[in-house]
Amino acid sequence: MAMARETIRFLRRGNVVEHRVNNPMQTVLDYLRLDEKSMGTKEGCNEGDCGACTIVLGRLSNDHVIYEPVNACILLMGQLHGRELVTVDDLTIGGKLHPVQQAMVDQHGSQCGFCTPGIVMSLFALHHGAEKPDRRVIVDQLAGNLCRCTGYRPIIAAAQQSCTGKAADLWAESASEIVAELKKLNDAEDVFCGNGDVFLAVPASANSLCELAARHPDATIVAGATDVGLWITKLLRTLPKLIFTGGVASLHTVADRVATLSLGGAVTYAEAEKHLAAISPDLGEVLRRLGSRQVRSSGTIAGNIANGSPIGDMPPMLIALGTRIVLRKESEQRDLLLEDFYIDYGKQDRKPGELLWRIDIPKLKSNERFFAHKITKRFDQDISAVMAAFKFAIAGRMVGSAVIAFGGMAATPRRARKAEDAIKGLKLDAPETWERAVAALAQDFAPISDMRASASYRMETAQALLTKALHELVGERPSSLRVLTPAGKEAWT
Amino acid sequence: MKENVANKKKTPAVPAAMVQGILGQALPHDSAIMHVQGSAPYIDDLREPVGLLHIAPGYAMDGARGRIVSCDLAAVRAYPGVVRVLTASDIPGRNDCSASIGGDPILADGEIIFHGQVVFAVVATTRDAARRAVRLAVVKVAPEKPVVTADDALRLGTPDILPEYTFTRKDVNAVIAASGQGVLDSFQIGGQEHFYLEGQIAMALPDENRGMTVLSSTQHPTEVQHCVARMLGLADGLVICECRRMGGGFGGKESQAAQWACLAALAAHVTGHPAKCRLDRDDDMIMTGKRHDFRVSSEAGFDDDGRLTGVNVEFDARCGCSADLSIGVNDRTMFHADNAYFYPALRIHSRRLRTDTVSNTAFRGFGGPQGMVFAERLMESIAIRTGRDALDVRKRNFYGRGRDMTPYGQQVTDNILPELVGKLEETSSYRERRLRLSQFNENSRVLKKGLSLVPVKFGISFTLQHMNQAGALVLVYTDGSVQLNHGGTEMGQGLYIKVAQVVADVFGIGLDRIRIAATSTGKVPNASATAASASTDLNGMAAKRAAEEIRDNIANLLARDWRVQKAKIRFEGGMVAAGSKLMSFAEACKHTHQARLPLSATGYYATPKITWDRPKAKGRPFFYFAYGASCSEVTIDTMTGEMRVDRVDILHDVGKSMNPAIDLGQVEGAFVQGMGWLTTEELVYDADGRLRTHAPSTYKIPCASDVPEEFNVALYDSKGNKEETIFRSKAVGEPPLMLGISVWTAIFSAVANLGNRTIPALDTPATPEAIMHAIKSIRA
Repeated sequence: MAMARETIRFLRRGNVVEHRVNNPMQTVLDYLRLDEKSMGTKEGCNEGDCGACTIVLGRLSNDHVIYEPVNACILLMGQLHGRELVTVDDLTIGGKLHPVQQAMVDQHGSQCGFCTPGIVMSLFALHHGAEKPDRRVIVDQLAGNLCRCTGYRPIIAAAQQSCTGKAADLWAESASEIVAELKKLNDAEDVFCGNGDVFLAVPASANSLCELAARHPDATIVAGATDVGLWITKLLRTLPKLIFTGGVASLHTVADRVATLSLGGAVTYAEAEKHLAAISPDLGEVLRRLGSRQVRSSGTIAGNIANGSPIGDMPPMLIALGTRIVLRKESEQRDLLLEDFYIDYGKQDRKPGELLWRIDIPKLKSNERFFAHKITKRFDQDISAVMAAFKFAIAGRMVGSAVIAFGGMAATPRRARKAEDAIKGLKLDAPETWERAVAALAQDFAPISDMRASASYRMETAQALLTKALHELVGERPSSLRVLTPAGKEAWT
Repeated sequence: MKENVANKKKTPAVPAAMVQGILGQALPHDSAIMHVQGSAPYIDDLREPVGLLHIAPGYAMDGARGRIVSCDLAAVRAYPGVVRVLTASDIPGRNDCSASIGGDPILADGEIIFHGQVVFAVVATTRDAARRAVRLAVVKVAPEKPVVTADDALRLGTPDILPEYTFTRKDVNAVIAASGQGVLDSFQIGGQEHFYLEGQIAMALPDENRGMTVLSSTQHPTEVQHCVARMLGLADGLVICECRRMGGGFGGKESQAAQWACLAALAAHVTGHPAKCRLDRDDDMIMTGKRHDFRVSSEAGFDDDGRLTGVNVEFDARCGCSADLSIGVNDRTMFHADNAYFYPALRIHSRRLRTDTVSNTAFRGFGGPQGMVFAERLMESIAIRTGRDALDVRKRNFYGRGRDMTPYGQQVTDNILPELVGKLEETSSYRERRLRLSQFNENSRVLKKGLSLVPVKFGISFTLQHMNQAGALVLVYTDGSVQLNHGGTEMGQGLYIKVAQVVADVFGIGLDRIRIAATSTGKVPNASATAASASTDLNGMAAKRAAEEIRDNIANLLARDWRVQKAKIRFEGGMVAAGSKLMSFAEACKHTHQARLPLSATGYYATPKITWDRPKAKGRPFFYFAYGASCSEVTIDTMTGEMRVDRVDILHDVGKSMNPAIDLGQVEGAFVQGMGWLTTEELVYDADGRLRTHAPSTYKIPCASDVPEEFNVALYDSKGNKEETIFRSKAVGEPPLMLGISVWTAIFSAVANLGNRTIPALDTPATPEAIMHAIKSIRA
């Protein structure tokens, strides 16, 4: 890192901004409002849940730019490096409203107006995204933008008005210039702002990253900051040394092989989603409901695994699939089953300076079936009360083996070994015998009561989800409300 | 006059932008174009004055109630950037920011009365420093076991915060006892966090001669002015409070904005520097009051057709640690315990319970929704017991001829519900869908549907009589441009644009000629809170009168000049005209000024006809009623309790709409807010009285996917308000919130269908867990 650049560099309003970050913990929202004095972007919750602070980052993907909405309140400055930053202040050109802004006015999409800048930016990203988003895609895009006034109907209408054609704005017109600029910015040079005690580093290569992490085992490794951001904005922790993984191109690798999907340690949910959904539609649906578009654009699968939350959505599903993870420290690598990574509440098998390098997810074999479902108070963008994942291997008309993993049922994401044992050998044609296996879950877990659910509801629902999965396994039509969402409407009306 | 004639030639005979009938047009919100650009400034967006200091409040991390044993702030004071730490002893005047009878210390003095009560406030050069310094405080409280829930208060028999209150008619117990059928019931109604997107904020700027200007995100600038003046020991006239816009209010900035304005003013007073207090979201949710939650216990009698004979209901409200606005809130619960139904015999009893929790406050509907949830649960319960369709039961109990007296002695004379509900029944295909739904439920083992059509009747006027008044100040300049001031505040509801439309209509000018000024106690004094849905009624009428006075001045002058009758003079299209005489409005203004006549006026309005004798519980508290109805279809998963809203149809009465776009927005938004209250929005307190759901990660308001794709909302084709309101329109802010009740009753009905005439134990909010609990209660 000796030759590292001392500034982060990002594209803003057509210009390259070279910025020396003095406070590594500074959020992009604070940068915008306190330093740049761009007041368009608002702070609603300061924890990435309301979307009022939504901005858009452009990232290079092959030879085009992908525009993604992110929550500026928990986005750290290191994450701007190599990106294009677009905020609501930028969209009106020469007094002419951007098409999404005009649509919001036409459809009466603002009332108090405080969520509006964030909504405009989510729609800006959609304007540059899927060419013909249906209503489901639109509401999914908006799941991370809370509006307390309108009831969303006019906002959805504004999206339908302005996001269903080809992108037509300055960004679309100057796409090739933007690509060229971003290519120049991503020049494989490391970034190191600060000194040995207080710094922000964006290594550009795997070697630099490993070297730095080894030299500073006390540093905080930051991928998407959808969790680390809250340590700063809510817990007010002091994190003097931040090492960002996002600049290492090789860590963004998605290797979709015949039997295994391998995800690099910096792969975001957004980058992984279509590959994961291909493994199982249930996996895709849980992923769609995980966080919001903003969170999925920043957050990484590795981050969800590494922070060890008992209520993370990915770990139970990945455990059920038999996922292995690769940890790396300097040039040493070790590999372990994901389920063995979780030791206890807040305790993972990760040594200081060790990095979650790669995630290897086995795909389903022809005799295997996978089911997953999360239970929440609100369907979208809510943290699970119970997260269930099941993988059954069928042998004839019997369950040969099962891997069952739950979130929200214990201090860590955990397998239900007793229930798995009870299911082994279960006859598919004798549903009256399933009850014993379902009941066995009570021996696996002793969940707690908290603001999301009571212990008894958690247990009963866990059992209900296993029952449902078994019914689906024998080919019954799923009895979940999920199939009642607009996309699956034909199935029942 | 010669000059004017000369000018006239330059004016086109037919104005290019002929503005006609501006009232009734679906115009965008006055700030819409700024909203979408992020350029509409909220207080935190304003250019910061030099030397601005930032405030962060601190509280005792443990304990909900008890004496403050020690408060060690040394480390706080030593933190870099900290300028001052404020405590109760810094307050020169009265340490109270109550909107009513007191009991709301700005800074705790010796004891705390709820978890999250502000004990001290850090004043620092940056907000980050203030927030970080707060965490270094060590506040120790000798904790007493807190009274947390309404049930706790009832069980422990702690003294109520306010006296009980009762409406009665006939000997209800005897009537119920003699009835063919009856239902005994008890359930809980949850509270609701406002979750305005812009949190509480105020910025105070010291003025000359000890005066203070406070910019506050408040629905009640006058209240803030009074609280700040009282706290600093100043005359009201030395304090100005101003609010241009709020990023949402919903009642949460009616009384609850004052404390943060006071802290900002106190910091400014003590340091001599401008100071800003903006709450972090978690602090906001912990420190400010919410919608009241209730235990409701009732007994009702009815005949075999489901027509009520008598209703005996007790509303036990958790008011929290102080009175705040709980008198009015709980009174309104009682006023709406009938919703749309005639109760031949009744006892409506209300207790206002004191708990060691944050003081509950105004929230859109102001207690009314809770009363109406009871009434609608009762209708569903009667339907369950009699086996009749719930809509038929509702219709049978509607107010009607000879059955038109409310529990508080006001006759219902403007009831349009039979017609409105009939229309919605038709457009929503209610009967047909009922049949289809039964078929679905027969064929579906796990998923079950419910359908419910619910009416809303909501009384318009503040029940505190003196609040039903408003003032406006209209300033016209010699170029014909206008500055509009009135006492109402803008929180997104579109009040400003509606009142501007009124003034534009009076002068016959375009909205582009009107500058809507920030609401300021320095312009219009003694204004009521922007609340009770009545702000357009009140301020619109006041502004109309002010504008008409100026228009009269102009018209009188021109009538004399032109030798025409004043009544012949028209103001339209930016012109003033009579017969062949024509002059631009600008010219007319200049001319009026040159004739030494005033171009500014105040306007004043007080709601007529209303009377209310609270001790006797008799009178006409409401000028009129607003009506509406909604029909919701839901599906529940009987194995997990998950729920999805499949379709919603709404028909709502806004009288003659002044701005259909704004009104529709109010109806849709209020419905979704009401639905959220009754489904996903759950406030969870632990046994120690600490709120566990103090951020959007744990408190879930509806998001885009919660709104059904089939969401048919229409304004009722009204002939206009029967009463002489502005443009014959009707208030729209609160009434449609109660349309959300149909979602809850649809769930209730879906659960009830699983059983055999059993009333489901379903509380609100109907979270998946609550629904599962109700299902078990039916199957047990």
